Amino acid sequence: MLSQLDKKGTRNGVAATLLLVVAIYLGSGKLKHFDPALIAYTSATVFATFGIVYRYSVWLQKPPTAMYWRRGWQLFMRPSRLPANCLHLLRLLVQNIGLQKFISNRDPLRWLAHFLMSWGCILAVAVTFPLVFGWVHFEADPQNQEYYVAMVFGTAAGRFPAYSWVGWVTFHILDFCAVAIIIGMAIAMKRRMSDRGAMSVQTFGMDFLPLIMLFSVCVTGLMLTVSALWLQGHSYSFLALLHAFSVIVTLIYLPFGKFFHIFQRPANLGVQFYKQEGRETEQAVCVRCQQPYASKLHVEDLKVVLKELDMEPEFEDGTHYQDICPACRRKLMAINQREAIGGHGYL
Amino acid sequence: MENVFIIDPARCIGCQACVQACSECGTHRGTSMIHLEYIHRESTIQTTPQVCMHCENPTCAQVCPADAIKQNPDGIVHTSLKPRCIGCQNCVLACPFGVPKYLSDADQMIKCDMCYDRTSVGKRPMCATVCPSEALYFGTLEEWKARRRGKPVNQWRFGRQTVTTNVYMVLPESAPKEVRIDVRLKDVVSIKREEVSV
Ligand code: SF4
Ligand code: SF4
Repeated sequence: MLSQLDKKGTRNGVAATLLLVVAIYLGSGKLKHFDPALIAYTSATVFATFGIVYRYSVWLQKPPTAMYWRRGWQLFMRPSRLPANCLHLLRLLVQNIGLQKFISNRDPLRWLAHFLMSWGCILAVAVTFPLVFGWVHFEADPQNQEYYVAMVFGTAAGRFPAYSWVGWVTFHILDFCAVAIIIGMAIAMKRRMSDRGAMSVQTFGMDFLPLIMLFSVCVTGLMLTVSALWLQGHSYSFLALLHAFSVIVTLIYLPFGKFFHIFQRPANLGVQFYKQEGRETEQAVCVRCQQPYASKLHVEDLKVVLKELDMEPEFEDGTHYQDICPACRRKLMAINQREAIGGHGYL
Repeated sequence: MENVFIIDPARCIGCQACVQACSECGTHRGTSMIHLEYIHRESTIQTTPQVCMHCENPTCAQVCPADAIKQNPDGIVHTSLKPRCIGCQNCVLACPFGVPKYLSDADQMIKCDMCYDRTSVGKRPMCATVCPSEALYFGTLEEWKARRRGKPVNQWRFGRQTVTTNVYMVLPESAPKEVRIDVRLKDVVSIKREEVSV
């Protein structure tokens, strides 16, 4: 089993995991601010880190992915374009990752669902991970017990009154995230249960399981708040256990299922730079119809990728099928049929 | 009896029924995925419909950097998985049959999935349901053979690349098992005078 692991993937996975462990150790003041009760969460995160980096490294070795990865960075890092590229990247980050505009172009309701779920998760992760790792913790202000001090990597980063709206929002931020995720999830679930198209292709493991996982994390989290605020802590430790279980299962699932797209999808940013370069440089012209149909860069890169995949649509006269535009390829099927039939007409 | 999809471009009359019906499909409502190509509009009325050939080893999926194209055990090659597709258009350029379409608004690829919402429950795909001339046929091979001439072929050679497809195309009985696609053929054939009878 171990010998079947990809070498590069394992190496990168182990390196990333070690880096995280060191960061946790140092960031928590040599574990001074690390809460041992949260060790299970930390272990699951460490496992997920290995899994994600491993899968990502294996994925990057696929010929087409490797090509885009290489080209994307090459084009991005060109010194003459670097400042402009950084600005463009910022714009793309806001539009594609922040606002997720490409989803609203497809379906506004799907956008709403995805926006609520993704930002709910991002915010929740941004809050919980530093807390779990001991990078951030709160202390009562020694000068005034009514105040809290937010400690980031062991230094005071801000202070706020415990009984103020800032304090209330800070301590309930995860509840807001949970509500946003549940609303988004309800919209997504409704689509999955009523859209004929979605229903025909969805699978339990790929499409329902992630929603169920998020739901259980959110609901158990909200129940903890309910128990603490209104039920005098009734069943709190049992709920805490349930919550921990659902979070840990979700973390472990991260590298395997649908959630992996969170890490894959940003590759779209690199593609935008590739496309921009393609638009600004020489176009490939179809050898049959003499019309431009793609960038020369793309066509030539694809020939290399196809060769690496042992798919070589190259003819004896040197014509490569990639030099023929997709429209001509469609026509060629009918034209070859016509030739076989022996001219006009049908069988 | 197992159903097969057989295309016969020579029978296409260019009525566009398939194009309209395709956009009614549940998996991609509002967007037609079938291509209806005019061979050479100035000199011939011939048109040809192109659906996904559902290759056994799909080039589109192989060149996809995002693992966004999945194949079912029943051979259906699905459209891009929306969370994964990064809109790179590798598939659009690499497919030997020119099938995948790129939607720039959504920044995604979309392609024929043989109306999976229908075929997965035994119904015919939209295009084959409405095609009046059986340029697009979906049904059993036995039924097809009972009333049609020629033979359905599903193995193609593009240069050094051999592609076997789950969708067939009609060729004469004499056609080889593996058809070599000739790229030098012209769009139109010149019709000899004596062939034209007034
Ligand atoms: S015909 Fe093209 S799009 Fe369809 S499976 Fe084959 S390579 Fe993919
Ligand atoms: S456009 Fe999407 S489906 Fe096609 S190759 Fe690129 S990532 Fe894959």
